[in-house]
Formats: sequence, structure tokens, C-alpha cells
Amino acid sequence: MTKLVEVSTELVYQVLMNVKDPEIDSVSIIDLGMVEEVTTQGNNVKVVLLPTFLGCPALEIIKLNTMNALKKLPEVGNVEVDFVFHPPWTSDRITEKGHVNLRKFGIAPPPRHFEEDGSWHVDCAYCGSTYVTMDNIFGPTACRSILYCKSCKNVFEAMKPVSTLM
Amino acid sequence: MNSHDKLMSSEYIEATKDLLLQLADDDFMYSYRGSEWLGLAPHIEADIASSSISQDSMGHAAMYYKLLEDLGVGEANELAHCRVAHERKNSILTERVNGEGYYMETPQYDWAYAVVRSYFYTQAKKIKIDSLCESSYRPVAEAAVKVRMELYYHRLHWETWFKQLMSSTEVAKKKMHDAITLVMDDFGDVFSYGNQKQVIETNRLIGTEEELKGNWKASIAPVFLALQMEVPVIPDNPIKNGRNGEHTKDLDEALITLSEVYNLDPVAVW
Repeated sequence: MTKLVEVSTELVYQVLMNVKDPEIDSVSIIDLGMVEEVTTQGNNVKVVLLPTFLGCPALEIIKLNTMNALKKLPEVGNVEVDFVFHPPWTSDRITEKGHVNLRKFGIAPPPRHFEEDGSWHVDCAYCGSTYVTMDNIFGPTACRSILYCKSCKNVFEAMKPVSTLM
Repeated sequence: MNSHDKLMSSEYIEATKDLLLQLADDDFMYSYRGSEWLGLAPHIEADIASSSISQDSMGHAAMYYKLLEDLGVGEANELAHCRVAHERKNSILTERVNGEGYYMETPQYDWAYAVVRSYFYTQAKKIKIDSLCESSYRPVAEAAVKVRMELYYHRLHWETWFKQLMSSTEVAKKKMHDAITLVMDDFGDVFSYGNQKQVIETNRLIGTEEELKGNWKASIAPVFLALQMEVPVIPDNPIKNGRNGEHTKDLDEALITLSEVYNLDPVAVW
């Protein structure tokens, strides 16, 4: 008789730290705040994820990568990965480590604060200057905007702030 | 009857399905028409923005189809691709072509029309989403909170285009006014729930048609006031009501194109 191994949620979280955003390989789905819940029952694992943007084509890839990463563990049996809409993902779920690693990738993290009129400001992802202009609120992916730094003359991307206050 | 029984009543479920189909089909067609601008928008930033907005909107449609799947209506992909025109509940406005010609040949699309349609539609969607956040059907209410955050950027984008073109050259203004006339001719069913009006409204799935129309007018009034223009009048009786499956030939043609790849092999995993 095979011994039933209890998979710990800590182990699952460790694995999920290596599941990266397919388009930004410096940040994991945990750094992005996409992991809402991890539950285990015996050797079965269930992961509940929050979609960043509803139309993001990376979602299916993330789901598949999450399943494959967990299935690699010998002690893991059945894996279920689901997306839910509630609570809604907001950009303040991105961790401090996520902020650091987004910047490493050349993407300015979303601002922590909004002005009273709802406007927001980000600093250059490369040199940190505040002397930047917004070129396009839409960028190469739904979650990013394109900005230009007038100090270091670089074009850079910023992750859009997404908040229920909007 | 307690609230749980009410949630489970067949009338409630039927009304929910109908509303979800209206919302899903609207975003599905709107994003398809938006995607036809790929590579054709006036400049690259407009192209990128239009693509992102279309992608988001298709995500919203997919989410509504998924909620319908959860209610046992059918598989989401089939709901999107396999239903014939008279089963569709999108508003006429969302199915209209972008202009003359075909995407693959010589498209002579009308950017003024795209801007006005997108701005008015997005503003209408915002009004609906605000109301849906209070829906009695909780899965819709929760999803609406998510959609509202993304919509913020869509609305901002189209309002900027709208204001700038309305404040531009005489030619631009003329084109925009013509586009407003065309868009408003089709606006009669945007806030209609068709034959399901009574059950959708009494079950508090969303605000009443009259309430939402009022909110839409009030929400665009400041922009029109700044441009010294009258807020356009929403026609009372639509010539065709998409909510009841009445459509133009534009929808038939769009559905053929949209489902071409899917129908090559409906069981394929792409």
C-alpha cells in the first residue's frame, strides 16, 4: 500500500515562486499578487489565481505553467488551477520584491498612491528621474503603458495602476 | 419566498441568462470591430491602444460566456462562435461595419465613426458596469468590479480622442458630426433589454432602462457642455432591436469571418 503523503502548502508556495510571468521573467506569480489561495488535501493541490487583466493572453500559459511546475513534484497527485474574479486583482497586490524585480526588467512598478484627482505618477524605470512624459497609456501588453524619460532619454514601460477606487 | 428561493427560480435564471447574453454579445462584436483596425489606425499609438482595448473587451466577453457556461447554457467557445445571427443579442451599434471595403482588400474605414462609436459605447458600458456592481446576481456583481477597473483606461482613451477631434479642423468636426448622427441612429437598443425588460428589471439584475439612459446623458453632459454641444438624443424606439435577435446583414458577414477558423475544426485545441 502506498503511503499517502501530505503535501504542505509551504512547499506549494515555494514552487509557485518559480512560476514566472511568461512576459516578464523576473517576477513570479506570487510577486504579482496573483495567488489568492492554496489548499492541499493529502497529495492533491488546488491553486486559486486572480487574473491581472481579463483579456490577458498569458493567463492560459500561466495556468499551464503552474500545473506543470506542481506536477513535477513526486509527492503531488492531482493539481487543479482555477481563475476567480473575486476578489479583483489590483496593482497594490504586487509585492515589494515584485516592485524591485519589475524595475530590473525595465518596467516601472505601479504607483502606490493616487493624487486626489485620480491622476498618478511614476518615475523612470532606469534612472529614477521624475522628469517623464506619458507617451501612450496602452503598451505592448494590456497591463503596461509607455513613457519617455526626459533625463536619460530612454523610452520605458510602466505597469498600469489598477484600483477599485478608479 | 426567501432570497435563496428567489435566486433559484427559473424566471430569475432565464432573466440572468438573457442579460448575460446581451452583455457578452455586445463586447464580442465591439472587440471584433475594434480588432479590424489593426494596422489601419491613424498612427502606431492609436493602433496599440485600439488593440489593447479590443483584447480587454474580448476578455470581458469571454468572462460573460464563462458565467453563462456556469449556468449550463453551453460551452463558452460554442456560445461565442456557433450561434447564428437571430440568436445573438448584441446591439445593432456593435455589429455595424467600420466603413466601406473589406479588411483583407481595400478597407476604407471611418476613424471618426470608430471614435464616436467607441466613446459612446464605452460610456454606456461604464454606466451598465456601475449598475452591475450592485446586481442581485453575485457572480455578475463581482465580475463587474473587475471590468470597471479596466474600463477606466478605455473611457479615458476614447474621451481624449473625442474631445480632440471635436476641437480640431472643420473637416474633422464635419466628419465627427456625421459619425454622431450615424451612431445615434443605432443607439435605440443599446440600453434596451428587449422582450426581457420586465423580468430583468424586477429581479434587480441591473438598473432600469430609463435610469441607465439618464445616467448616460448625465455622464457625457460635461464633455458636451465644454464643447458647446447638445447631448445627443437616444431614439425611443429602435428600428431593429438586437436584444430580440433582430440584426442587419453586417452581423451575418461578421459571423462568417469570426468563426471561419473555429469552424475549420471545432474540436481542435488551438
